[in-house]
Amino acid sequence: MALAIALVLIVVAAVLFHVMSPWWLTPLASNWGQIDFTLAITIVITGVVFIIINLFVAYAVIRYRHHSGQRAAYQPENKKLESWLIGITTVGIVAMLAPGLLVYAKLINPPDNALVLEVVGQQWQWSFRFPGKDGQLGSSGVEHINAGNPFGLNPLDPRGQDDVLVQGNEVHLPLGRPVKVLLRSKDVLHDFYVQPFRARMNLVPGMVTHFWFTPTKVGRFEILCAQLCGVGHYNMRGMVVVEDEAAFQRWFASQPTFHQTMTTSAKTMGGEALVKQGAMLAQSQGCFACHSTDGSARVGPTWKGLYGKTETFSDETTAKVDEAYLHHFIRNPTAKVPKGYPPIMPKFDLSDQQLAALVAYIESLGKGKDAVAQK
Amino acid sequence: MAYSHGDGHHPPQSFWTRYVWSQDHKVISIQYTITAIVIGLVGLVLSNLMRLQLGFPGLVPFIDPAHYYQFVTMHGMIMVIYLLTALFLGGFGNYLIPLMVGARDMVFPFLNMLSYWVYLLAVLVLVASFFTPGGPTGAGWTLYPPQAILPGTPGDGAGIILMLVSLLIFIVAATMGGLNYVTTVLQARTEGMTLMRLPLTVWGIFMATILALLAFPALFVSGVMMLLDKTLGTSFFMPALMSLGQALGYKGGSPLLFQHLFWFFGHPEVYIVALPAFGIVSDLISTHARKNIFGYRLMVWAIVAIGVLSVVVWAHHMFVSGMNPYFGFFFATTTLIIAIPTAIKVYNWVLTLWRGNIHLTVPMLFAIGFISMFAIGGLTGLFLGNVSVDIPLSNTYFVVAHFHMVMGVAPILVVFGGIYHWFPKVTGRMLNDTLGQLHFWITFIGTYLIYFPMHYLGFLGMPRRYYAYENYQFIPPSAQVLNEFITVVALIVGVAQFLFVFNLAWSVFKGRAASSNPWGGTTLEWQTPDTPPVHGNWGETLPVVYRWAYEYSVPGEARDFVPQNLAPEGEGEGE
Repeated sequence: MALAIALVLIVVAAVLFHVMSPWWLTPLASNWGQIDFTLAITIVITGVVFIIINLFVAYAVIRYRHHSGQRAAYQPENKKLESWLIGITTVGIVAMLAPGLLVYAKLINPPDNALVLEVVGQQWQWSFRFPGKDGQLGSSGVEHINAGNPFGLNPLDPRGQDDVLVQGNEVHLPLGRPVKVLLRSKDVLHDFYVQPFRARMNLVPGMVTHFWFTPTKVGRFEILCAQLCGVGHYNMRGMVVVEDEAAFQRWFASQPTFHQTMTTSAKTMGGEALVKQGAMLAQSQGCFACHSTDGSARVGPTWKGLYGKTETFSDETTAKVDEAYLHHFIRNPTAKVPKGYPPIMPKFDLSDQQLAALVAYIESLGKGKDAVAQK
Repeated sequence: MAYSHGDGHHPPQSFWTRYVWSQDHKVISIQYTITAIVIGLVGLVLSNLMRLQLGFPGLVPFIDPAHYYQFVTMHGMIMVIYLLTALFLGGFGNYLIPLMVGARDMVFPFLNMLSYWVYLLAVLVLVASFFTPGGPTGAGWTLYPPQAILPGTPGDGAGIILMLVSLLIFIVAATMGGLNYVTTVLQARTEGMTLMRLPLTVWGIFMATILALLAFPALFVSGVMMLLDKTLGTSFFMPALMSLGQALGYKGGSPLLFQHLFWFFGHPEVYIVALPAFGIVSDLISTHARKNIFGYRLMVWAIVAIGVLSVVVWAHHMFVSGMNPYFGFFFATTTLIIAIPTAIKVYNWVLTLWRGNIHLTVPMLFAIGFISMFAIGGLTGLFLGNVSVDIPLSNTYFVVAHFHMVMGVAPILVVFGGIYHWFPKVTGRMLNDTLGQLHFWITFIGTYLIYFPMHYLGFLGMPRRYYAYENYQFIPPSAQVLNEFITVVALIVGVAQFLFVFNLAWSVFKGRAASSNPWGGTTLEWQTPDTPPVHGNWGETLPVVYRWAYEYSVPGEARDFVPQNLAPEGEGEGE
């Protein structure tokens, strides 16, 4: 009896929970309303079956529960009933599958006029590239990656010279224009997941994957990595900013081309500008996936109060954290590992000037200094 | 059978050959079961540690991101392979196949013994990885390369190597066991036990074993290839890539190849766990409802159809992997087709209850709990199998909720139901009923409370395998409250499993003495001359089968069950 009541309560609670849940799909911000529609059909059909099965079992438990003198019916099969059930089930399956496949056919066929956006993933950060005026992306490869060429573009490919590079974790897109997203990874699998857009795809090293969508809402949308990519996975974040065409064009014009990044000499700057550059660099290189600036614990040591303290290493030796130490450490991150931390700090290809900026930023968060707020 | 007491087959005499190096399928089954439960408890504790971090981030200081990912990985691997697969095939399969088909033992008893010891070795190698420098692998139970073998992932040294070695050893054990089960079912059935008279338990385990023999080789080759990539620097799964800022020497491999191989194994694996559960639960429902299983022949064909279809659906795990997008049409279609035979099974369980004589014993509670749990887990599979609905839900908590209900909780409910059901035969004693009831209610309601709301975190878009969810705009603070709630329930359900373990240990010695057929079962294992059955199972002569396995409440019969080996009137028994 308790079991029958429990099953009925499960059905009631499930329906109430579904209706009242504050946790639901984020508001749609792309053209993929049909995905939500197919999802809705699926919820209705499966929901009805869920309710019927549980209630039927509850009914059977109440109605046919053992009491003295009772005897079960003997009926090995009932061909007619079985055929009906198979038929109805098949209809239900088709009702879900057919709209699903129709949407899918559209999902895998990007329109010809789509804006091309390349998403590049690496542990644990995003960067982006757009084709330049020629409308074509230059070729790329892991073998071209170095400090001055983090995207690994082929420097000899003329198509790549005007490609627009976005070094940070934030990319802008124009409202209402279809975007064909090409994805590649420098290291391991990642997944470009912006829930309000619904469509998404993995990044796979060694190949270029793709999907498409049209942004239909202005706003800032979080990019998550949704394919386990190591200890920093949960902090591999980015942002898509959807804005009107004019704002997008202004932003787009302010981004450097590949040619420009290769020819800009390291400017000498000092003081606050250097710290600011370091902060941006830390953001774009994904440092914050592992290092906090507010003292909270992450994979690596926090930067708050790091500069100036005395660090103990896994071999129990110690050293004072100063400029020379940081320069050396960032260049050879696994040579000597601070005690209590895994030896997994990536080796970043930074120019000397970038390194100086980063160290200046860490210094600004150090002991006895007023910490400069992140961002 | 050429196998009777006259031909020099003596039961083992010494303690060692009787209980340790035993070739008796019943002892081997108990060895498998105990080992699987012990390692399963490790998996359970790991899941609770993981939930502690999700519900109360930072509460337990030693759960840092690396440990968290190691717990996630080992929990998944232990539960799927070392607990469920081993328990259903090595535990239930070993005990029940020879008894249910009327054989004296498996056809290859020595190979059977070897299978257990090799399985134990696999478990020990797995456990050893916890004690290596860097700890066990934290690559996720899917072990996707390149990440699994590169720095930046916990346990990328000895951890991943031991994991792969342990899997390879496990597959050797599963193959030895599997050959035995299949051959025994095909060759050692007693007189009169036609295939269409087999209890569905045997059908489920039989089909699952065939799947295991076909699917595990794919995991085996991918394990070997990844080991070579890791240790010798080959490039089966490794393209040219950077790792933490440095270029590596790999070139030309394909991460997608691994995913295809893994899921070619991994999806049938779901059914390797599910089909024995389907079979066992059919028999539990029929026995405790005192009614024949409804639509037996269709149930058998559904098991066969599911088995066949299960090897052509694997890439529904890869809809957003970057594989050729046209695959999506094929795999979505096959996946939704498999729902039809699966739905038939659910209908027939439910229709077996209808007009039955339902005894709400502890095994029956678990069996009915299974129907409800499996129904919801199966239905949510229709979201994920239908490619375009899967895309926004892939790798979110919706997936976690789905697979835990359908292939975690549902089969484990059957494991519990099966143990409560057959424990009297195995030990001659009943399990404690009150503890059993308590165990059922906490587990059944608890797992609903854990997993049902989790689907909605998935709709919201919370990705799985996240150590923390700090400062995401789209995740409202209430999601954290829900996570706290789920964690509290998970801890309670976790602790409740020790009630079950205690019940097992206590009842072996102190449980109420059981009769040889306490539930009034028709199948052969309840008709043994001794309880527990002794070596050789059947005494002087093998049973002869005269009828199908579900003669419950047959009109005109005095008792409400007719054992399979009861000769019809007019035919002398044992002729």
